[in-house]
Amino acid sequence: MYELNYDLQICEQCETCDCLVNCQYLDFDLKSAKIEKQNILMGRDSKVLDECVTCYACEEYCPNDNHPFYLIVERQEEKGILPAPAPITKQQIIMMQPRGTITPAQVRPPVINMCYFPMLTGCIRGKLYEGASYIVGSDIFCNVMWLHFAKNSIIRERLPRMIDNIWSHYLRDSGVNELVCFHDECFGTFTQLATAFGIDVPFKSIHLFEYLSKKLDALQDQIQPVNAKVAYQRPCSNRLVPETQHWVDNIFQRIGIERVEREYDRENALCCGQVFRAHQRDELADDVQRRNLDDMQQAGANYCVFNCPACFFTLAEAVSERGIFPILMSDLCQLAFEKGT
Amino acid sequence: MSGVSLMKEIVEKLVKIVGAEFVSDQPEERYIYSMDPGTMPPREPDIVVIPGTSEEVRQIMILANRDEIPVVPLGAGLVLSGLSRALKGGIILDMKRMNRILEVNETSRYAVVEAGTSQGMLQAYLKKHHPNLKHSAPDAPPVATIAGNVSIHGSGHLSHAAGFHSDMLNGLEVVLPTGEVARIGSCATSPYWFSRAPLPDLAGLFLGWAGTTGVITKLAIKLYPNYKYNDVGIFVTEEAQLIPDILHRMTGTQVAEDMTTWMTPKPDWARGFLHCDINFGANTKDELIWKRNLIRASVQEYIDQKVAGFMPLPPAMKQPFLEVPARTLSRFADVRRGGGFEYVGAIMPVDLFPEAYKVGLEIADSLNVNYSLGSRIIGVNHCMMFFYAYAFNRADPADVERAQKALEETNRIVVDMGGIPWKAEAPAQKEIIRKMDPNMFDLMNRIRAVLDPKGIMNPGNWEED
Repeated sequence: MYELNYDLQICEQCETCDCLVNCQYLDFDLKSAKIEKQNILMGRDSKVLDECVTCYACEEYCPNDNHPFYLIVERQEEKGILPAPAPITKQQIIMMQPRGTITPAQVRPPVINMCYFPMLTGCIRGKLYEGASYIVGSDIFCNVMWLHFAKNSIIRERLPRMIDNIWSHYLRDSGVNELVCFHDECFGTFTQLATAFGIDVPFKSIHLFEYLSKKLDALQDQIQPVNAKVAYQRPCSNRLVPETQHWVDNIFQRIGIERVEREYDRENALCCGQVFRAHQRDELADDVQRRNLDDMQQAGANYCVFNCPACFFTLAEAVSERGIFPILMSDLCQLAFEKGT
Repeated sequence: MSGVSLMKEIVEKLVKIVGAEFVSDQPEERYIYSMDPGTMPPREPDIVVIPGTSEEVRQIMILANRDEIPVVPLGAGLVLSGLSRALKGGIILDMKRMNRILEVNETSRYAVVEAGTSQGMLQAYLKKHHPNLKHSAPDAPPVATIAGNVSIHGSGHLSHAAGFHSDMLNGLEVVLPTGEVARIGSCATSPYWFSRAPLPDLAGLFLGWAGTTGVITKLAIKLYPNYKYNDVGIFVTEEAQLIPDILHRMTGTQVAEDMTTWMTPKPDWARGFLHCDINFGANTKDELIWKRNLIRASVQEYIDQKVAGFMPLPPAMKQPFLEVPARTLSRFADVRRGGGFEYVGAIMPVDLFPEAYKVGLEIADSLNVNYSLGSRIIGVNHCMMFFYAYAFNRADPADVERAQKALEETNRIVVDMGGIPWKAEAPAQKEIIRKMDPNMFDLMNRIRAVLDPKGIMNPGNWEED
């Protein structure tokens, strides 16, 4: 059940092996990449399975949309290769499990999915979210994080239930069939990962950035330009849906933001580092964070914009120490309306 | 003279010593001073007196000794094991008015305080006036006194780096049961309270005796660098038998300040996991990372085996684990509501950790009590204070009884295991005495007979049946 939609032949015939050659964390030339790729395809041991940092980026690099990252995670789990220690993995699985406390509630559009982050529900305010409902809690958690822990099985087990919870407890009986995903994690899960695993999603997902862009268009005459230089911290889960990236520039342009030119942006974005710490790779996390923050600082950013709560909680303190203001994309947009109030 | 008229006369004399507002034999005060938050039954004193100076304490002791009135010194009353109850009536000597911070020596890193000075007062004072210094605070409410915790061989947030709080003691001023005021340590011969060495170390006559040898009125404790940068790692495993070696390896790096373990069934994600908190500080970020790496390297073998690892906590989520004192135990203390909380803190070698943990789970399971288990490492893994905490609802007698049974059972097993109950309740003291080398107990009695010939100091403690 929920077999990974993956075509072995596509990979076998692939001439470029972008998934591994382009990896920012493992160093492969084309020849060694092909050898390792073949090992993965054949279910043999591979350095990739042991050393993958689970940045998701190969999902974006693959020109054939053949889900190389999901296959890596699949193989890791089959072979019992744990990127993080067993007790850490087990504890996280318990910590994030659905509490089963969800109760049916009427919602009205736009419905904003806040995933498992009740501490961020204060973001849903003001003109940008006028009339919106939000949903939040353990019982609607997208569960994409298990890709970092070699646990596709948990995604298979929990995700269909989460989708059904959203549909049957909130959307269906409210006559709503669209869900605005506040985080890339949820949008990527519902629109890309679910498809890859053959999991049905009975509602339409809208990325927050698309929602914000359209809202900003509608409120164009009320916008006061923010006039800031920002560095954007692209989250790993956006690698699943790179087609949403253009909305970032779209939003920045609408609210008078300059996105600084820097090395670690867009396809070359660096992970926030928190997953590396879960994998017990502190020194790698230190190095990646240092390079990322140096880059932001040298580019002259005075804001660091996040969409992923995990990235935000991981880097907020560190960017502040560099004199850069950490802010969520949603709150950055709010500045265009709250400035001077 | 009848007992009643004797007490009336004593009250009058005490009023002359400390003033009328600081003496009471009224039922409400006697009730309040009859108990602590633990399970030990109340014992009312006859009189409560709150002295303001060492001289007043001296006069009180002369009076009490003359008339053979029991005297029980009291700090904040938070010992939980009933050590400051008046088991045989008499006077409760509440030291809280003597709360002056007399000196802080920045260079030699020590503070001289009066015996009623609380942990919170010293912490706040240092923060304001000497931000580069800190003392080792226990995980007790801030009103707990410095002297009380030192005198029971307490431990705290610098105990891995520097041992028991009694190890951090530089000197004492004590009023003996017969009224003499004695200084112990360097302060006996020098204006500086820098050390107990090189003189004969008499401080031990007042440490661990449950107030049966004299009244501490002043003390000097060591202070330590208050680092600008602080971090915590939480190392997690499911295998209790690994813990002694994990602690041995981590403490061997000697870069942390505090190491504690905690095991609790709530929240759900904590059940069945053993957590080691490692707190460390540094003057620079680079130094902090260097220390973190040393600690990590010491347990890399277990990480590589995937049987243990550090919990991935973003900076904001580390804050509760960097708090001094930690609030988690206080929250647990009220989990049953009703304000009842007691724990057996057992001092034992770290080798006994797996057995101690197993025992805690078995007792909690058999008696169906809420539990929180944990330990604080003393020194470089030299020993640990393993605690078995049981929360109960004071308003529910059956709940109190259940917790009391759990504590008694734990004390008994701890002694059998080779551990020693810490700040033991009077019944647990008897358990210890039964196991104790009789010559040591005889020596204790001979020392007490010299110091306290009339047996007025906190009678009922450290006594055989």
